Amino acid sequence: MVEKTEKENMNIVIVGHVDHGKSTLIGRLLYDTKSLPDGVYEEVKQVSEELGKDVEFAYLLDALEEEREQNVTIDTTQIFFKTKKRDYTIIDAPGHKEFLKNMITGASLAETAILIVDADEGVQEQTTRHAYILSMLGLKQVIVVMNKMDLVEYSEARYKKVSKDVTDFLQKLDVKPAYIIPISAMQGDNVANISTNMDWYKDITVLQALDEFKVLIVTESKQMRLPVQDVYKFDSKRITVGRVESGRINTGDEVHFLPSNKKTIIKSIEMWNVAERKTAEAGECIGITTKDPLFVERGEMMCTGDIPTPVDTIKASIFWMAKRPIKVNEPVQLKCATQKVECVIQEIERKIDSSTLNILETDKDQLKETEVGSVILKLKSPVVVEIGVPELSRFVLAEDDYILAGGIVKE
Amino acid sequence: MNRIDVLENKSVYIIREAYKQFKKTALLWSIGKDSTCLLWLCRKAFFGHIPFPVMHIDTTYKFPEMYAFRDKWAKEWGLKLLVAKNEEAIKKGVSYETHDAFTCCDELKTKALKQAITKYGFQAMFVGIRRDEHGIRAKERYFSPRNIDFKWDYKNQPAEMWDQFKSQTEEDEHLRVHPLLHWTEVDIWEYHKREKIPVNELYFAKDGKRYRSLGCMPITKPIESQADDIDKIIKEIRESKTAERAGRSQDKEKAYTMQKLRSLGYM
Ligand SMILES: Nc1nc2c(ncn2[C@@H]2O[C@H](COP(=O)(O)OP(=O)(O)O)[C@@H](O)[C@H]2O)c(=O)[nH]1
Repeated sequence: MVEKTEKENMNIVIVGHVDHGKSTLIGRLLYDTKSLPDGVYEEVKQVSEELGKDVEFAYLLDALEEEREQNVTIDTTQIFFKTKKRDYTIIDAPGHKEFLKNMITGASLAETAILIVDADEGVQEQTTRHAYILSMLGLKQVIVVMNKMDLVEYSEARYKKVSKDVTDFLQKLDVKPAYIIPISAMQGDNVANISTNMDWYKDITVLQALDEFKVLIVTESKQMRLPVQDVYKFDSKRITVGRVESGRINTGDEVHFLPSNKKTIIKSIEMWNVAERKTAEAGECIGITTKDPLFVERGEMMCTGDIPTPVDTIKASIFWMAKRPIKVNEPVQLKCATQKVECVIQEIERKIDSSTLNILETDKDQLKETEVGSVILKLKSPVVVEIGVPELSRFVLAEDDYILAGGIVKE
Repeated sequence: MNRIDVLENKSVYIIREAYKQFKKTALLWSIGKDSTCLLWLCRKAFFGHIPFPVMHIDTTYKFPEMYAFRDKWAKEWGLKLLVAKNEEAIKKGVSYETHDAFTCCDELKTKALKQAITKYGFQAMFVGIRRDEHGIRAKERYFSPRNIDFKWDYKNQPAEMWDQFKSQTEEDEHLRVHPLLHWTEVDIWEYHKREKIPVNELYFAKDGKRYRSLGCMPITKPIESQADDIDKIIKEIRESKTAERAGRSQDKEKAYTMQKLRSLGYM
């Protein structure tokens, strides 16, 4: 889909347990790709020396002095670097539990993820939780880096042991890492340059692995879906607007609106400052006018192809990210694309701890922060959900528009 | 769709989401390239019409070329232009000749904006900031609540995911909406080029110098440049390693001056 007229850009997120080396890896990536503004490296080198340390690569991305003082990354930051192939934006996501919603906000913008694991400490609480979040967000392009190999004497045996632990739990989450790369972010092994300290590893560097991934994977679909966003009246024209979420729409198509069951024919596709359009594809924000007068509101689903049946009961997996817990039968908003309805959790079939992946047997009528539930949601009025259309198979639960949970439709 | 199409569609989606929720809204137009780009995207979103006012916070220290640009295109595009000034401060003699840059910015920009928001009762303001501008801006959300004193509680912001935004405000809040957050400086120029958006002449090099970003005259310095058309500007930025706002003397102060300004409500 992406034309190569300009250099492409890819968003990557780096997640993992606190202190496993995210900031250091980012600093290393910036340094090795020569993406640092002039003078910054020298400044950090000087500060590090004053503190009597080796160059602390982690300092390179401290955008705020405050962060440097506390030595934790507090929020999602964005940093840029380039390879010959493309431009990368790194979305750095904080590891601490209290910044979970910031981490999710950041990770939801990424196309690719690096999960970092300390070779010495191995898999920890946040390693698992962050991997869970990657799987919930549907991130498919994942590499694992095993950091601080210098601390374990670049040992192959250690690499094999931790790799097995990582692979075991990722399997449970249905996450398949493309590579597990042994690195030292601090020393620079296998980040941009292949290491001479690990003869037993002959594979690929972090940069090469990133370059192998693809930007934007869009699947063509016959099923056109456009959630109505708003209706405008300009120049005595009534224009219904929204974003095509799957498939393709053409003038002359007969379209079906759900749940109102109205039908009409597309007269025109409206866009401004472009040549006349007879067709639009997934991802495009468009307006349409119709043959017959049409009165629909935000939240209706415009469809062609197989017409889905709106449902008021949804089986889903939800990740509770709010501080306050939620109980069965407590009303919340469900927001899926432009659809918004009140709902309750009717039943929690199973709940797991996102940091251990253990099944929880206590307080089975409620979900608490960072718990994952397999639930049945009961909606006040029906909505269209569809597995296979990303925007229609995921939703958030909210209260006054504050996001409390992310969810994936299972059935 | 190419990269610019993806960026454009995302922005249009956000603009329409915000307008759905808030009718008492305005676009902050600083007459620079970013907010002009945002203005253009609003025209895209509403098929050439902008159904809310476009507001210029006039410190009275802008370049003559900026005022000329504003008046010309406001007329041509049929904008509902509001010009807001802190008349009181101007009368009191707050000026760059007699006061430091921080005071001027606070009085002539931040206070002027506060007064205007109160006067018109705006619930949401469209602002053309980008994440790549500055470290602190990386922490921004698309929909960012501000309280009555313009305070931005950046450590405790609502989550945003899957294009679901916090689009309701409490009594004493207004929202900043940032549809350009995901654009870079190069993207802005690529878009100007593709859409043939008018460009202020100050951005083009004359006698070896051009402005990379536009602010108040006394604190905005040109950079060394030979870029006298958009293609050359794009090439120049791609190859450059210095920060965009380096020409603004505010940045020479400590890294978190910007944060201080921000939390006081300066964009
Ligand atoms: N020996 C060694 N130490 C490292 C390596 N990477 C990071 N560290 C150290 O581990 C600590 C935590 O790293 P940091 O990047 O701040 O972790 P973050 O919390 O994940 O961002 C710092 O003291 C780093 O210097 C590495 O490859 N080898």
